[in-house]
Amino acid sequence: MSVPPAPPLALLAELTHRCPLQCPYCSNPLELDRANAEMDTAAWQNVLDQAAAMGILQVHFSGGEPMARGDLADLVRHAARAGLYSNLITSAVLLDERRAAALAEAGLDHVQISFQGTEAGPADVVAGYSGAHEKKLRAARLTRDAGLPLTVNAVMHRGNLDRIEATIAMAADLGAARLEVAHVQYYGWGLKNRAALIPTRAQLEHTTAAVMAARERLKGVMVIDYVVPDYYAARPKACMGGWGRQFVNITPSGRVLPCHAAETIPGLAFESVRDRPLAAIWADSPAFRRFRGTDWMPEPCRSCDRREVDWGGCRCQAFALAGDAAATDPACALSPKHGDVLALAERESAVMAPPAFVYRRMEKIPVLEPGKK
Amino acid sequence: MSERRVIGEASAPSLPRHVKLRRDESRGQWVLLAPERVLVPDDIAVEILQRLDGQATVGAVADDLAEKYRSPRAEVLHDVIEMLQDLADKGFLAA
Repeated sequence: MSVPPAPPLALLAELTHRCPLQCPYCSNPLELDRANAEMDTAAWQNVLDQAAAMGILQVHFSGGEPMARGDLADLVRHAARAGLYSNLITSAVLLDERRAAALAEAGLDHVQISFQGTEAGPADVVAGYSGAHEKKLRAARLTRDAGLPLTVNAVMHRGNLDRIEATIAMAADLGAARLEVAHVQYYGWGLKNRAALIPTRAQLEHTTAAVMAARERLKGVMVIDYVVPDYYAARPKACMGGWGRQFVNITPSGRVLPCHAAETIPGLAFESVRDRPLAAIWADSPAFRRFRGTDWMPEPCRSCDRREVDWGGCRCQAFALAGDAAATDPACALSPKHGDVLALAERESAVMAPPAFVYRRMEKIPVLEPGKK
Repeated sequence: MSERRVIGEASAPSLPRHVKLRRDESRGQWVLLAPERVLVPDDIAVEILQRLDGQATVGAVADDLAEKYRSPRAEVLHDVIEMLQDLADKGFLAA
């Protein structure tokens, strides 16, 4: 019997897939959980208790839009009592004075607000929601007024990268202690819209230089985290810090995943916290064991010096780009597919008129019309 | 927009709301929790962090540790300031 794995550090609690926004790069799966499938307050409270007991340190309340749930403050309070560090990942369009105060009072530790741009017009087009940007600016100020620390999460892509300087200035102006400059990652809706989102290499280089300069300029004032699109990289990202190593995701209906995109990989069965304890699923569920550690790795990963640095990159990306979740992540220059991926990035980003966005929407429930076929 | 926090002997820093020093019982260690970050401070760093309450000055913390560990105060002060400046630059300290 092998040694049981160390518990995860963080839980991403996707409370709901409902969201007033329709961003075309949403990390949610294409098949969204419906409202009537969501776990109720008591079930989530039970999950939080289990998480704290097994040694999880942080909970990120996410979605969809977690503020679409009326019980969010109750869940935050429950997490705080269980000793979990709580972070709210929100679009903030539902955040008003009353709710900011309630979340602060409940013991929320941190708020992260996503921004689609720096100007209402183009930002609202990306969000698919008129007035979203103004609401976000207001919500960011309310967050600070409520005494809550703020991270601005700026989601960047070919349509807004040329505004990187303005993005950094906006975050500093809002009093954010932290800014995440996060290039869109190509999973879920982001993968579907990749051709409309992927930057050129020149755009990426300009952004990297701007971020490095701003880090120096704003040292001790605002921390800037930088997430790059790894199609242009030489080495893959250490996705989730390794499969089933540091991070666990629970979907609105209770399925337990190693990452939010894991359900795109065929042949893996994910268990639910409705059926088995979280710690048991983490420890021995076949889906978690499948890519945990280094035993599953093919060459050149298996003998690579970096096998415990990047943990083989990303399994979902390997499946999306190489058609095999157990392959070397094609973002790695050592992958035989790397050249194809680079060529794909260059080809898609060079198209002068990118395709229109496919917005994130719940599939309409089909209406049965008797008599029609 | 605020200024960079510069830590000196007279500073009286504290942990901001979004940074929590907690005992992690399941791993038998102390952790410093911040958004998307978990830091594992060493024993001396934990001793320093536990003394930060927004009242105690860096100089007073150095006095205390120099006495406890029978070390030269100047060296201790230097190490304390270096550690806290690094934390401040990473956004983990309020001054």
